[in-house]
Amino acid sequence: MSIIKQRLSGWGRYPVHETYAARPETNSDLRKLLTSELVANWIAYGLGRSYGDTPLNENGGTIITTKLNRFLSFDEKTGILECEAGVSFKEILDVFIPRGYFLPVTPGTKFVTVGGAIANDVHGKNHHVEGTFSQHVLDFTLLLASGEVIRCSRTENAELFWATVGGIGLTGIILTARFKMVPITSSYYNVHYQRARNFEEALRLFRESDDQYRYSVAWIDCMSKGGSLGRCVLMRGNNAPAEQVKAKNPLPILHKTKLAIPFDFPSFVLNKLTIKAFNSMYYRIHPKDSHKLVGYESFYYPLDAIHQWNRMYGKRGFVQYQAVFPPETCHEGLKEMLERLSGSNRSSFLAVLKSSGEQNEGLLSFPKKGYTLALDIPITDESLFPFLRSMDELVLKHGGRVYLAKDSTLSPEHFREMYPRYKEFQAIRNRVDPNGIFSSSMARRLKIVEA
Amino acid sequence: MENVLILGATSGIAQAIARQLAARGVNLILAGRSVEELDRLAGDLRVRFNCSVMTKKYDAVPIDAHQAFYESCKASVGRLDGVILCYGYMGDQRKAQNDGLHAKEVIDVNFTSCVSILHVIANDFEQRGSGFICAISSVAGDRGRQSNYVYGSSKGALSLFLQGLRNRLAKSGVSVLTVKPGFVDTRMTYGQSGLFLVAKPEKVAADIIRAIEKKKNVLYTPFFWRWIMLIIKLIPESLFKKLSL
Repeated sequence: MSIIKQRLSGWGRYPVHETYAARPETNSDLRKLLTSELVANWIAYGLGRSYGDTPLNENGGTIITTKLNRFLSFDEKTGILECEAGVSFKEILDVFIPRGYFLPVTPGTKFVTVGGAIANDVHGKNHHVEGTFSQHVLDFTLLLASGEVIRCSRTENAELFWATVGGIGLTGIILTARFKMVPITSSYYNVHYQRARNFEEALRLFRESDDQYRYSVAWIDCMSKGGSLGRCVLMRGNNAPAEQVKAKNPLPILHKTKLAIPFDFPSFVLNKLTIKAFNSMYYRIHPKDSHKLVGYESFYYPLDAIHQWNRMYGKRGFVQYQAVFPPETCHEGLKEMLERLSGSNRSSFLAVLKSSGEQNEGLLSFPKKGYTLALDIPITDESLFPFLRSMDELVLKHGGRVYLAKDSTLSPEHFREMYPRYKEFQAIRNRVDPNGIFSSSMARRLKIVEA
Repeated sequence: MENVLILGATSGIAQAIARQLAARGVNLILAGRSVEELDRLAGDLRVRFNCSVMTKKYDAVPIDAHQAFYESCKASVGRLDGVILCYGYMGDQRKAQNDGLHAKEVIDVNFTSCVSILHVIANDFEQRGSGFICAISSVAGDRGRQSNYVYGSSKGALSLFLQGLRNRLAKSGVSVLTVKPGFVDTRMTYGQSGLFLVAKPEKVAADIIRAIEKKKNVLYTPFFWRWIMLIIKLIPESLFKKLSL
């Protein structure tokens, strides 16, 4: 089993860390790696779609899980799928859409693995009604530091279940999982597009009518100021029944023509002016109020159609910043965050606002009741980092927190305040991995584990 | 193609071939050393394609068991339409230079065992007058190079064997395909330095299946390896021996 020294990064391409990577194809290879004396500790790395250093392990070992990707069983009656953790959401959709099933929850890209979806406790456009991906997981098997494999569910090893959900890979390696797929009769969605003149109007629309839509999100123009601060386009919808889709096959697998960004764009391509122009155009091309039937690819995965879109941000990469604010403070919190962004000399190409449902029992799970705002910010120079630090303070002040799957800069102190259950997490981790076989750049940066 | 036997079914290329054949409704027998891994693979194919897959333990090196192995494959599906031999052993060139037994291991897996099992199968197909035999050799068998000539010569011998077998079976309507893949992104090559133009196993698998259907003789995949190897073969030996390729 080869172990190679290589440089890896997350989707934001910042930071880039040198690591010893291995790509096991069998469970016995995987077990052998954990006892290897060449490498001190390991972290699992799937398709590299978390943005920052969650799956990185500087000078340590990285287990690339993409070849541990077998489907194990599927029950047509209950819709319960069992598969290995390296299976990607894309593979699941390709196999199960034609049979009339969809993922219970999906993030904005289908290039994530099942293991990554659990370890980051990912959410999607339906969080306000159906929670995170893990909330649809019945159980999973976990390879512990001791080499033992145990099953975790809400009733069996429940503590470890909720530590692993959102536990950024620090409790062990997720080997297999069972979760419930959702029956569909078409792979199209009835989407209602509505413009909101500012974020206050958007919040009002979310509050008034989000319960009518299973999927809900708003794209937000964060370059606008004053009375139009946070103007946005709401995109909310429901799965369309087959009768409504006037197509011979209502359950197509839709692969859009793939575009690719073949090289790093020079850093001047995305500047304040181009971003402003794009944002303004995007707002205007959407009519004030309209309904449309769209395929699942354009609805869930608009950016998957462009391969390696992260190259658009140039060689230095970008950070994605996602924060959630509780309902009581969201108005003030969002206002300050948007003002600070549009007032600074920075710009966000893509910004997304969404209502968030109740928090689950995952000890380090991100979503909690309120509203979440996600921003893409290109890394132009070092001054970005103090700016992000001040954003963290702003988020904390309003009782919010940032999403670890997207983070690369949070401080250990802020982390502890944002995730008050970290102590419970540490206690469980110390119990199942006393020798620190699992570690990551993020875990050391946030002082979740000892460096 | 109804019933196909894949030897060395856990190799990266074999897995991709198995998926593509299963997707077309071909019944498969997956054979290899680790029954645990074969079952894992078979389960995956059943969920993905609702297809019929069987697994059989196959050990390449003890060749006296080959006849019985083949009979048991035939007994379970009735009739085999073809065989795809996908296993190979890269070994360690340095080690093979100093350890005759290691070199023998490489040769036994890549050559001796193939001669044995493919003869067992060829004899049956010849008598019946139909079937296809496909074996994965390597571009490394086209010219001996200091960096891997033990592996290379075992694959070169396999290519030559297949050429002769093809000649023998041509009149009985049995096709023989020699596959020469370049660098493919599999477990065998993962982590090796100096690789270039590395192909995805899915692409290589699709090429192989197409070549079997078209009854091709020799397939270089991806196609440009034919031209790369042509150039490499054209370099005069007096110059080649001084190069470090």
